Amino acid sequence: MTTFSKNDDSVVVIVGSGAGGGTLGAELAMKGVKTVILEAGGRHETDDFQNDEWGSFGQISWLDKRTTSGSWRVAKDFAGLPAWIVKAVGGSTVHWAGASLRFQDHEWKAATTYGNVPGASLLDWPIDAAEMDPWYGKAEDRMGVTRTNGIPGLPGSNNYKVFEAGAKKLGYKEVHTGRMAINSEPRDDRSACMQIGFCFQGCKTGAKWSTLVAEIPKGEATGKLEVRPNCQVLQIQHNEQGKVTGVLYADKDGNQHVQLARVVCVAGNSIESPRLLLNSASSKFPDGLANSSGQVGKNYMRHMTGSVYAVFDKPVHMYRGTTMAGIIQDESRHDPSRGFVGGYEMETLSLGLPFMAAFLDPGGWGKDFAWWMDNYENMAGMWLVGEDMPQENNAITLHATEKDQYGLSVPNVHFDDHANDIAMREHAFGRGEAVYNAVGAVKTFRTPPYPSTHNLGTNRMSAEAKDGVVNKWGQTHDIANLFVSDGSQFTTGAAENPTLTIVALALRQADFIANEMSKGNL
Amino acid sequence: MTITPNVSRRTALKGAVAGLIVAGTGAGGLVFGHGNAWAATAENLDADTFATLVQMSRDTYPHSRLDDSFYAEAVSGLDKAAKDDAGLKTMLSEGAARLDKEALGMKAASYRTMSSEDDRVAILKSMEGDPFFQKIRGNLVTGLYNNQKAWPLFGYEGESASKGGYIDRGFADIDWL
Repeated sequence: MTTFSKNDDSVVVIVGSGAGGGTLGAELAMKGVKTVILEAGGRHETDDFQNDEWGSFGQISWLDKRTTSGSWRVAKDFAGLPAWIVKAVGGSTVHWAGASLRFQDHEWKAATTYGNVPGASLLDWPIDAAEMDPWYGKAEDRMGVTRTNGIPGLPGSNNYKVFEAGAKKLGYKEVHTGRMAINSEPRDDRSACMQIGFCFQGCKTGAKWSTLVAEIPKGEATGKLEVRPNCQVLQIQHNEQGKVTGVLYADKDGNQHVQLARVVCVAGNSIESPRLLLNSASSKFPDGLANSSGQVGKNYMRHMTGSVYAVFDKPVHMYRGTTMAGIIQDESRHDPSRGFVGGYEMETLSLGLPFMAAFLDPGGWGKDFAWWMDNYENMAGMWLVGEDMPQENNAITLHATEKDQYGLSVPNVHFDDHANDIAMREHAFGRGEAVYNAVGAVKTFRTPPYPSTHNLGTNRMSAEAKDGVVNKWGQTHDIANLFVSDGSQFTTGAAENPTLTIVALALRQADFIANEMSKGNL
Repeated sequence: MTITPNVSRRTALKGAVAGLIVAGTGAGGLVFGHGNAWAATAENLDADTFATLVQMSRDTYPHSRLDDSFYAEAVSGLDKAAKDDAGLKTMLSEGAARLDKEALGMKAASYRTMSSEDDRVAILKSMEGDPFFQKIRGNLVTGLYNNQKAWPLFGYEGESASKGGYIDRGFADIDWL
């Protein structure tokens, strides 16, 4: 395995190994660029993953201290766990369900399309569908997304069949088993899906694309990529000219090191990435790095979410097969006549019995709750995910008093639902219930949001430096050799699951960085 | 701790009608069910506290498909945790005493002998915001529903990778749509 010297200031350092960082690192390495990925979590390979919800949760989740505030229900139900994301090599691609959807054209221009939405800090992206089309194409091929590149869709599971039957009765047209980065047939040296049912716990066969199994090994094979696990970056350092020079990090024993760098790319997900920029404040940058706009940490988005579970009078066994098994896309359009701007996707989702107990109705108990658990076998479920409004006050900030194990301020995650989010959730709950009622549900339940899996927008991309943190390449407006490479770049969230877009942006950014390096601009 | 379920005899229990599951306590921390359907040993809590918490656990998540021993096992987890956690031990002991005090106010001898399930649940409802109740409830979310022995009783099959997943084992076998 290649290792680079900590004093090698010619390497690109990437903070985080998930969809953004892992893809960027592999792609740079394949272009011949020396790259070091520092990953806060450990390296668990496919064989280490567990078909056990709580066991796996303890193994791979990001459980470091975080606080919450705001009116969102997550702050009440899961006060110390605002986000359900991963601390391990591969980041949250270890955990993700695999849905790989392109943004719709209008979603790149949310401010223009939706007009003035009071309280929302909407902005158009500085890039559009035409710009992203080839990068989406490349990402879909890399990830092996079903229903693209001639790859067949996955077969429909029990949970999907209930959902599809209800959708068709309601007249929905765009209903299928999804565009999934899960092999429906062997591809890319990875096997076909065996419908194991534990996608959230790390795929035991590698049929599901993750940077752990599909990108990082390719990068490492070039001899140009080193992934250093159990290394948490504490601070990005800079020189008097205002260029970043490297990062300070703690290894697994808590010993601190400096890794020098030619370029630093931040990809720690939308809570840690702004936190790192803020925690890197210096006398030259007293408000944190890349924060001349004051936008670092602001405009936190987490998608409008909710779930509908339904009990039928006969067995469904929804847990058999992929965690997410199908989609209805008809409601993803922008149609203000529904009482809100933007749209949402309806995607089947199953939880095992242990997680159902924790997430169906957090805090619920008594006979009513027990009835739902008694009917677990007869239950079908879906997740609702839609565009939420960016709001400047929804923000990641440094906690005033709480410190982590390194003495650094922990992040506080503040979120208030926007009226548009609430209207959309209400509509989505109604439609979700209608799908199941159309096929004879005995009872339906509106499950509130889980801790956030789609964390977005806290270092947003903007044409003008005053409106955001990074330009259209993910390069910070303030510091030429400092980049943001994860979902925190998102100007707006769109209705779609974000991973495909994060990967496409990372591939595009790798191209830009390699070109700029060869031109001597970085 | 030992927990001895005896499923065959449980159905004949008089107490089962009202969901009462604790018959009594004995020396050495022994807690036993009606008709000797199950027995457990309190190691750190006193036997009466343990017994009360077992009854409270069933009242919190009542499942007729679960033998009483599942609730005793969940409480046993708390009993073990109380060994090195004096604060927890106090919380559990005082909480159980409060249940009994509320029961006394409703003309019952103790919480675990109150014959009306509705009355017992009303007591729990009155304290559902309290840390004590939340401790017991939270303990059950994993102590009950993450007990692998309980999974088949709910129709959940658990681990599947070692069996080849569900691709040939019914992932798409629904036949009633």
